[in-house]
Amino acid sequence: MSKNVRLKHSGLRDTAIVGVGATPYYKRGESADRSINQLAGEAILAACADAGLSVRDVDGLAFYSLARAGYADQMEAGEFVETLGIRELRFSAALTGGGGGSAGAIGLARAAIVAGDASIVVTVMALQQRTRLGTVFAAKASTPLASFVQPSGLAGPGHLMSLLTRRHMHQYGTTRDAFAEIAMSTRANALNRPKARYREPLTHDQYFGARMLADPLCLYDFCMESEGAVAVVTTSIERARDLRQKPVPVVSVAHGGTREWGRAFSWFGMPDDGTFASSGHKSIAQRLYQRAGVTAEDIDVALIYDHFTPMVLMQLEDYGFCAKGEGGPYVLSGAIRHSPERKPGRVSVNPHGGQLSEAYIIGATHIVEGVEQMRGTAINQVTDAELALVTGGPAALPVSGLILGRDR
Amino acid sequence: MSETGIATALPAELVRITTDPSTEPFWRAAKERRLVAPRCADCTAFRLPPTPFCPHCQSASVEWVELSGRATVYTYTVVQGFPGLADITLVPVVVDLPDAPGARLVTNVVGAAPGDVRIGTELTVDFHPISDGWLLPVFRIADPPLGGE
Repeated sequence: MSKNVRLKHSGLRDTAIVGVGATPYYKRGESADRSINQLAGEAILAACADAGLSVRDVDGLAFYSLARAGYADQMEAGEFVETLGIRELRFSAALTGGGGGSAGAIGLARAAIVAGDASIVVTVMALQQRTRLGTVFAAKASTPLASFVQPSGLAGPGHLMSLLTRRHMHQYGTTRDAFAEIAMSTRANALNRPKARYREPLTHDQYFGARMLADPLCLYDFCMESEGAVAVVTTSIERARDLRQKPVPVVSVAHGGTREWGRAFSWFGMPDDGTFASSGHKSIAQRLYQRAGVTAEDIDVALIYDHFTPMVLMQLEDYGFCAKGEGGPYVLSGAIRHSPERKPGRVSVNPHGGQLSEAYIIGATHIVEGVEQMRGTAINQVTDAELALVTGGPAALPVSGLILGRDR
Repeated sequence: MSETGIATALPAELVRITTDPSTEPFWRAAKERRLVAPRCADCTAFRLPPTPFCPHCQSASVEWVELSGRATVYTYTVVQGFPGLADITLVPVVVDLPDAPGARLVTNVVGAAPGDVRIGTELTVDFHPISDGWLLPVFRIADPPLGGE
């Protein structure tokens, strides 16, 4: 079987993403004239319109992050059903954890569809920065577990991940040049995107002149504090083929992770065998590739959760794009720069500008880009891309991953 | 933003801890200026933060072991400023505890210039007042350096 034929039949392919929708992406505070549920509703209606479906026909909701909208707000299924005019809800569930489950929420939608519980399932995330993400932990009430981390002054997720970053630099000789390359290459991908928050090139001098937020991480290693909402509609592959858009099959999806990663940044006890200085995604990558019958070499475009630049590097290692510890030299070779032509030993990473430069909606924009790449409609399209990898955030378990494909 | 100063811990009134039955012995000991860690009474594995079950053998039996207070820096960061405290310099660290292998603490190095902290730097425990009369274990650079393991 030729590679293209093999890839067209690999994996699950029993469900497909048929609609994506999003609000504009706003800077912090800019969407304050609307409630977070209005933002979410706009995204849901846009995703249904994209699919050629009425929102009345939605019968399932598959959230992640415990159906939280960002950090301060909670989404309620009943509110969406009643206020958007959904006729009957037959499935409503959320992955536990936080942004680690973004990609995996599509697996939750798939589970509902394959089980026959629901047929048209919406996944939605909305975010406003009324509680600033950058210092979210400084504002949180203490818990018995947080009492072992919070007092040290680790005020936000970037502070936590700077500790993994330092260890990676120590163990593998990784340098800040690698993080700069991730920030600059992601920015380069955002320049031609009308919706991107940051559309000016980022220079080496700007990167190294920026203030340190949690040494060794500087301003440009952190994703932005943006606002907006994104929704995704998933249904069965059969139904998908009757809808408006080219179906984007779910080829593989997995969430979870191992005990050695566990609570990750609220524990910091991960073993010193390459687990501590990692993304926690290694077991997800193995399961994802096994279910899909593919390897990293088959992935044409990688939508890697980029809340912090070094976590992109560690995911590239855990997903097998390079060997463990080789992430620095790999990105510095130019391997992740977007190119329309797929070349061996390289992969286009976050051609949508990611959360560093387009918008941060807790991983949901990566799913949208994966769908557009598989439809062939992406602004920075990888020509004839057959497989897109989408990852959830390195975080306390569950973490997750998703492989999207093209239909037959 | 000001120049990096000597690392300190957050002011007492900004640090509020809560406890549960698993963690309370840790904090009660700290209040007496003792650093302790839970060791599984069945398989002798240490664990931190304190939790109800041993992840290696699932036992719920725990012995609280008083530690020497020695630690080494496993990893660290340097943070200039905290919400409401622009001038504070913090060096949050994850430390290995040589007499509680397998257990780590997330804490602060205090009383040192951030540039003097490295992975592997040897530390000794001290205790810093926080809200509600509790004491927080923090660490100072060991002087003179302690002998290695």
